[in-house]
Amino acid sequence: MKTKHKAVFRRVSAKRAVAKVASLPIVPLKERRLTFGNRWDYVPAPEDSKNYVIAPRHELFINGRFVPPSTGKHFDSSNPANEEKLTEIALGGEQDVDRAVKAARRAYERVWSKMSGRERGKYIYRIARIIQEKARELAVLETMDGGKPIKETRDVDLPIVAAHFFYHAGWADKLRYAFPGRNPRPLGVAGQIIPWNFPLLMAAWKIAPAIACGNTVVIKPSKTTSITLLRLAQIFQEADLPAGVVNVVTGTGETGTAIVKHPDVNKIAFTGSTEIGKQLAQLCAGTGKRLTLELGGKAANIVFDDAPIDQAIEGIIAGIYFNMGHVCCAGSRLLVQESIFPTVVRKLRDRIQTLRIGNPLDKNTDIGAINNKPQLEKIRALVQSGADEGAEVVQPVCKLPERGYWYPPTFLTGVTASHRIAQEEVFGPVLAVMTFRTPEEAVERANNTPYGLSAGVWTDKGSKIFKIVNQLRAGVVWANTYNKFDPTSPFGGYKESGFGREGGVQGLAAYCRQD
Amino acid sequence: MKVPVPLKKASVASLLRTPHFASRMPSVPTVDQIMAEERATAFTKRSIKTSTKLAGLKMVVSMMDLTTLEGKDTPGKVAYLCRKALQPADPKYAVPPCAAVCVYPNMVRYARRFLGDNSPVHVASVATAFPSGQFPLRTRLEEVRRAASDGADEIDMVINRCAFLAGDHAKVFDEIASVKEACGPAHLKVILETGELVTYDNVRLASEIAMQAGANFIKTSTGKVSPAATLPVTLVMLEAIRDYFFATGIRIGMKPAGGIRNAKQALAYLVMVKETLGDDWLTPDLFRFGASTLLNDVLMQTAKTVDGNYQGPDYFSLP
Repeated sequence: MKTKHKAVFRRVSAKRAVAKVASLPIVPLKERRLTFGNRWDYVPAPEDSKNYVIAPRHELFINGRFVPPSTGKHFDSSNPANEEKLTEIALGGEQDVDRAVKAARRAYERVWSKMSGRERGKYIYRIARIIQEKARELAVLETMDGGKPIKETRDVDLPIVAAHFFYHAGWADKLRYAFPGRNPRPLGVAGQIIPWNFPLLMAAWKIAPAIACGNTVVIKPSKTTSITLLRLAQIFQEADLPAGVVNVVTGTGETGTAIVKHPDVNKIAFTGSTEIGKQLAQLCAGTGKRLTLELGGKAANIVFDDAPIDQAIEGIIAGIYFNMGHVCCAGSRLLVQESIFPTVVRKLRDRIQTLRIGNPLDKNTDIGAINNKPQLEKIRALVQSGADEGAEVVQPVCKLPERGYWYPPTFLTGVTASHRIAQEEVFGPVLAVMTFRTPEEAVERANNTPYGLSAGVWTDKGSKIFKIVNQLRAGVVWANTYNKFDPTSPFGGYKESGFGREGGVQGLAAYCRQD
Repeated sequence: MKVPVPLKKASVASLLRTPHFASRMPSVPTVDQIMAEERATAFTKRSIKTSTKLAGLKMVVSMMDLTTLEGKDTPGKVAYLCRKALQPADPKYAVPPCAAVCVYPNMVRYARRFLGDNSPVHVASVATAFPSGQFPLRTRLEEVRRAASDGADEIDMVINRCAFLAGDHAKVFDEIASVKEACGPAHLKVILETGELVTYDNVRLASEIAMQAGANFIKTSTGKVSPAATLPVTLVMLEAIRDYFFATGIRIGMKPAGGIRNAKQALAYLVMVKETLGDDWLTPDLFRFGASTLLNDVLMQTAKTVDGNYQGPDYFSLP
């Protein structure tokens, strides 16, 4: 009797309560939206940059000293956020490359390859510590030079830069344990060419393992982002790194080609576009030079209907809008299970409205400037192609600064695998949203690309993660996260995304002879 | 004996299966702990300066449920609290009154007497065998009715964690619904006591049950269990509120309580509300802080922002 009474009681009360809720103001379906306005807006909070002076002119760093280029020429380097000239950078020519390679060879034969691993490690530890001490300055310079938001240079780039030097310093005297039973020895002079998306971080990825293994380096930064690498060269001086162990030759693509063609270079490491990578592979063919390439990507970020949805949205945002999408492993193809497609699109729409675009030095800026004008034009053209091919372009309501190179965070719906925007690498804040129905289809579509650098999988089901990741042909697969980097983890691609790995034990192997 | 159409155990399941969730999507989404915590941390990275800071601090005061929940509470202590809530600081700082005072049911009548009938400061009362909830439903409901008839504008109930963790979600739902009924016109805040639910999945499910059962607000904690409110747990609840809004058109309020002790933390919560639910929720009608020591820290920061220098704690009256 008692239970029956209870049952009736509960039923009645529940009904009345729900009725009461129903009497609360109900926003009609069509008016249900979130307002991200200025009821409480953030005032600008720019990072202080006036204490960091950029010299009006930067020279080449060869044999431990800053020297003018043989070409006698310099080119301007500007801040992409306001198009103001920051400094002049030396234009390195073939003669300069030759000088740098000779200095590197001399340092390799006389000092660096003969030094014990423990001693090499000391220098690298010292470099890592100085980087940490000067992290704020380097972050500000990186932001001014490249347009990246200070939030990212401060919290992502610089900590990982230091971590790479620390990690590889630790390996310097333990290489025998990295390759048990082998006798790892350095290769010689490494020629390295790095891109503009993570100038200092790419330099760290390249320089740290090379010198830890006993090689010497001739490195060329991208034309638009040379300042921080030259500041790093000053840090090498402060750390008393023996002259010639690392040489920096700034310049254009021709300078890079000169490094690759130089007969006394033993290894080439390149990070950049697939197009240039192919040319370099041709130049190296038959020369005996070792080559590693880290090229483009068109990564699939796969979201299943059982994914932790709000966190998946964050992962999608981090995957494509981090560093304005100037990321080779950016999750630029979103594959959403069709059953949750409307929810995901609605959530993405709201989320991009909260991204703050503007002055990269402002600590509250989420999206900075596009690195250079040609890139901006390429992004515009590709989005236009998407619109022309019938996709819907979604962008937040926002004001872009008048000067500088800017592009709002964008995603396109109604995209199919046959759209250009779904096939070509945009290298900008542009996401192509597509759907799938079954796990098999997700894998098939994810692999349906000439690239194979990275991928993401979002599901609450562990067994599904393991099944899917083993079928994806991509160098890095993130599960329930995206764009996480660590020096202990190898990074690199399949197919047109290149070959060779950077980071971890596998990354060391690229800089050692093991016979 | 004729039993009506069974709604007993099926009630939650059927209510959760609203048209919004009719697809293959699970009725209550799961939460990934690492990414939720990472997102929550991101809100603390916003740089809140000068006029934004001042406006934010005043908003925090206007959203505060100034709380005393102790065995040693007396009418005298409640009077201190009420006066502080009405006039938190020197009028020259133009700080608004707090949203409410939050007291035990026995103290409601004193608070009501002190504040009068048309006070800008509401009277909130914890109820339902706060903080454990381990008492018979009948007495818990009686508490609620008494507090409401003594003049409470808002009732802060605790959910039945015993039933929740034992898997009887229907019972949790039904009890909340019963309390809602007992509240009469008073607003209902439902305390999940997230420190005892532990996982974010539990928090998300409990939020959903509370909202479906008639909560006006969902609230993290009693303040008697550690951890109390945290940024990630509040984020998970805000996300539940967001989904519920799109599913039903009803705006549910949020109240983190306990553990928010300084102005900087409080501003991070405001940032989170602003960037998760938007402007519509930046109001005391839909967002509250349950706190006691927080108030004077916010006032100290306010004075610092206005005057340019810090004052000692003795320049701010105790609640």
